[in-house]
Amino acid sequence: MSDRITRDEVVHVAKLARLELAPHEIDAFTEQLARVLEHAADVESLNVDDVPPTSHPLPLVNVFREDVVTDSIDRDEVLAQAPAAESHMFRVPPVLGEER
Amino acid sequence: MTWSIEPTLPEGWELVVGLEVHVELATATKLFCGCANQFGNEPNTNVCPVCLGLPGSLPVINGTAVKYAMQLGRALRCDVKPGIMARKNYFYPDMPKDYQTTQYDQPTNSNGSLVLPDGFVVGIERAHIEEDTGKSTHVGGGGRINDAVYSLVDYNRAGVPLVEIVSDPCLDTIEHAKAYVSGLRDILLAIGVSDARMEEGSMRVDANVSVRPAGTTELRTRCELKNINSIRSMGRAIEYEALRQIDLYTSGDNPRQETRHWDEAAGRSTAGRSKENLDDYRFFQEPDLVPLVPTAEEIAAIDAAMPALPSARRAALMEASGSDAEVVATLVDRGQDTMAIAAIDRGADAAKVVTRLQHDLAVDDFSKVTAESFAELIIMESAGDLTATQAKQVLAEMVDSGGHPREIAEARGFEAMEGDELSGLVDQLIADNPGEWQRFVDGDEGDRKKMQGFFTGQIMRATKGQADGRAVAELLAQRSAG
Repeated sequence: MSDRITRDEVVHVAKLARLELAPHEIDAFTEQLARVLEHAADVESLNVDDVPPTSHPLPLVNVFREDVVTDSIDRDEVLAQAPAAESHMFRVPPVLGEER
Repeated sequence: MTWSIEPTLPEGWELVVGLEVHVELATATKLFCGCANQFGNEPNTNVCPVCLGLPGSLPVINGTAVKYAMQLGRALRCDVKPGIMARKNYFYPDMPKDYQTTQYDQPTNSNGSLVLPDGFVVGIERAHIEEDTGKSTHVGGGGRINDAVYSLVDYNRAGVPLVEIVSDPCLDTIEHAKAYVSGLRDILLAIGVSDARMEEGSMRVDANVSVRPAGTTELRTRCELKNINSIRSMGRAIEYEALRQIDLYTSGDNPRQETRHWDEAAGRSTAGRSKENLDDYRFFQEPDLVPLVPTAEEIAAIDAAMPALPSARRAALMEASGSDAEVVATLVDRGQDTMAIAAIDRGADAAKVVTRLQHDLAVDDFSKVTAESFAELIIMESAGDLTATQAKQVLAEMVDSGGHPREIAEARGFEAMEGDELSGLVDQLIADNPGEWQRFVDGDEGDRKKMQGFFTGQIMRATKGQADGRAVAELLAQRSAG
């Protein structure tokens, strides 16, 4: 197993992503993620002193939309996609009760 | 502006407060889509694939929202720099995308300040652009977030443009925290980028509160207070939290870094989730939105179009009138500073101008009173052409129907009464009311006061309010002494 990422870190990230992983999955992902990070480390070893940090590959800035109202979509259609709805709203588990 | 007595912390402790103020921008549409940005509509009617975070949808930022944010930045004396949108990843049902689009390490506005009426300078770390979340209603458990059985979510608000204004942790008293929030609200209203209604949630305050031994400079563990829905409620929440933390420290314990939920009705806060670490949000730059790069010309145009802001207006009025900070703040709040300065410039007595505005023009709508006619009224009063009572009556008519004070005074037959005429009237009254007069001369202080009221009232009735109340009082005093 690589030291790029620990099993505990995988468990933590899975928790943040609300993923429930079986023990064998944790092992598998720890190994796979380590390989991904290994690849990133390879890229890090390149000399990029002359390359400016690039978050957006396209040479574009200031792409704006006019502040004009357009049609929204049909509420019933939207709510029909939800696992549960009530009073025209999405019904979800209690917001702060996730831990309990 | 409130100037109440500051609740004091126990000896030896000082307060450290930083405020995060979320302000909804008054645009027609949301930040990344054309859905209407409107409060109070039927739930889930202002939604589309973009603000619901459906796969394949592409956000495009609202140019007006960006402009409003930069205007606010300049009004808060910020540096306005190229901004990058980022994703803040967290799972919360009020954010259908499972991330909030915000700004992280490159906010549009940073490094600003706001000057309070008493001269205290509040540092502003940043004022960044982000989207609002949906609105949750908690069902069961009496509507309280901690005991809810389930929640209902309305996404009309998801994607509404916000600016989050983050102050330095420099607010040292509850009064400064309150003055800062009302100062922000004044600026927002002055530049017109938000309606800044705390009760409708278009301006929301979270308070980061910690305490420390007086005289020390370290920042201790803070708690973030949420669900504050008025300036007053913020003051109570901060006070409660500071005392709670001091209690913990003095009993040998330590506060835990956490979000706490303020319950206004109960007057206390309850612990919410412990905060995720910043790293846990796994911020990364939003690939679907390109950088926001303001040009020097744009910023110059924003500065040129900036209206006079409350702090500058207060300074100008203080300079012109020589009044104290509290009165000046009141008049600027009411938007009467321009009229005051114009009247003073026209030669009206500064003290009288301020008094009349403060006490006799405390009305919502004074639009019919021009600066010119107001100045004229004060000049007439100062010259003795009108008594104080008459001046108030004329001013009241000017508020109702406009017009020129001299014409109103003439139409009402107001001319300040000649001294002789008044003194004759007073003598007549004394003669007609010997019993009352005796009580005025021989009575105790209460009697004397009551009878002075009686005589003044009679004179006012006889003269239809044209007599000068002060002159009447003087005459009565003279007669009783003689």
